[in-house]
Amino acid sequence: MSVTDVRDTVIEARGLGVTFEADGHRTVALTDVDLSIHKGEFVSLIGPSGCGKTTLLRLIADLQQASTGTLVVNGMTAEQARMQRAYGYVFQAPALYPWRTLERNVALPLEIMGLSKEERARRVAKVLDLVGLADFRKRFPWQLSGGMQQRASIARALSFDPELLLMDEPFGALDEITRDGLTLHLHQLWRSTGLTSVFVTHSVLEAVFLSTRIVVMSSRPGRVVAVIDSDLPEQRDLDIRESPRFLAVAHAVRAALREGHGDA
Amino acid sequence: MRERLPLLCVLTIVLIVWFAAAVPMNWDQARGFADDDANWSTIALATLSLDRPLLPTPIQVASEMIRSMFDYPITSPRSLIFHAGVTAWSAMIGFIIAMFAGIALAIGIVHIRTLDRALMPWLIASQAIPVLAIAPMVVVVLGHAGLTGVVPKALIAGWLSFFPISTGMVKGLRSSDVMQRDLMRTYHATSAQVFAKLRWPASVAFLFPAMKVAAPLALVGAIVAELPTGAQAGLGARLLAGSYYGQTLQIWAALLMAAFLAMLAVALVDVSQVLLVRARGGRL
Repeated sequence: MSVTDVRDTVIEARGLGVTFEADGHRTVALTDVDLSIHKGEFVSLIGPSGCGKTTLLRLIADLQQASTGTLVVNGMTAEQARMQRAYGYVFQAPALYPWRTLERNVALPLEIMGLSKEERARRVAKVLDLVGLADFRKRFPWQLSGGMQQRASIARALSFDPELLLMDEPFGALDEITRDGLTLHLHQLWRSTGLTSVFVTHSVLEAVFLSTRIVVMSSRPGRVVAVIDSDLPEQRDLDIRESPRFLAVAHAVRAALREGHGDA
Repeated sequence: MRERLPLLCVLTIVLIVWFAAAVPMNWDQARGFADDDANWSTIALATLSLDRPLLPTPIQVASEMIRSMFDYPITSPRSLIFHAGVTAWSAMIGFIIAMFAGIALAIGIVHIRTLDRALMPWLIASQAIPVLAIAPMVVVVLGHAGLTGVVPKALIAGWLSFFPISTGMVKGLRSSDVMQRDLMRTYHATSAQVFAKLRWPASVAFLFPAMKVAAPLALVGAIVAELPTGAQAGLGARLLAGSYYGQTLQIWAALLMAAFLAMLAVALVDVSQVLLVRARGGRL
């Protein structure tokens, strides 16, 4: 792990664990997670189904509570961070409200925060421009393709200038061509905003392409098996996926995934 | 025309069956009035134009409707429009009461767990009581308290029609999916905001079908409430008077009028739905 000033730590997890109890069975969803995420990083959580990567993201978002360990988000508890709207969250599905137009969907968090009409319009225009949907602002979600819907949901997460962007397999339901386009788009978005991002995926290519650091997880029990730093240049395009350095990082991730799977 | 064809087919069949049924049902009465040497075709023809037939023909009912609708000023107690208006008015007030009560109950049930368990069995029980049994009691009790006229009728109409509204709205207010609700949580939205921006707009798709069920029920409630009270006006009073004096034509005319009112009510719900769908860009 790179040496970074403590002040720059955005997420700090120590001994984090989640245990469910159902029908007398104890299920360990996540155990003993130590992780620090620093300002401006793009960190991917990758692993097979059931490895707790989504659970970890939901802990950070305070959508779920840990059973053990400590978690600091932005120097406070996850709950306080949520209450201060420290993060924007992108779900697996766009989760747009079908009765709202695109611009009103993006304005939703701003309405809840009580921003003035003019301020809302200004910010909505800005983020829709950022994701390239300015021309579609009057459309309803069902009038747009899946990829456009997910872009809108990213715009919505960015609209209130959060300090942290949390994404839970946002491109999981999309076809590969759309995925490629969105992955590149997300990379450029991250480059231009410098927003600290945590990205859950089960695609090695996506993780390596987007990340500065890749957290490899394994299941039964869900845990972190390796943290791999990526030495790829910050400026990336889709062709980089054929470069030897990219393949080397991808290989390291795959090896860690296999290893995690082997000793499970 | 093409999409009206099935409806016209059914209408034709109904009319044929209706005419066909009138002959045997009115036969005895028609033969009683006929000369002794009348042949069967004379009697058969007579079955279709009796004054107080057991089953009046569609033409008789239609002409009775037209006569009772247009031959009197609408303020006259002999006018069918007057009676329909009286019933429609109490049904409408009852429906509005049902909307407020049904939605308020649904909001309570959705937000307060105890209410869910405490109220639901009573709501179901309330619908198991025959409205014909409870209507006279409601009218008498309220009459004792000085409430007469439209109030007891509207209350009974509301009683009968709030249930589909409340059950539909409970389902509607719970219809948003987990992600849509989690999203609100990430914004730290208050439950009032979750209600206004998520639960309520999501429930509207469930409100309209519920209203379509409730609107005819409100009419039934209003008519039933007019039956036991010796009410002076309304379709219920008209039905009651008709059966007292053997005026089958009057009964049938009132029944058809009730059916038309129900269709009109459902059509109004449909129109408001269309307007909302338009405002939402083409989908509910």
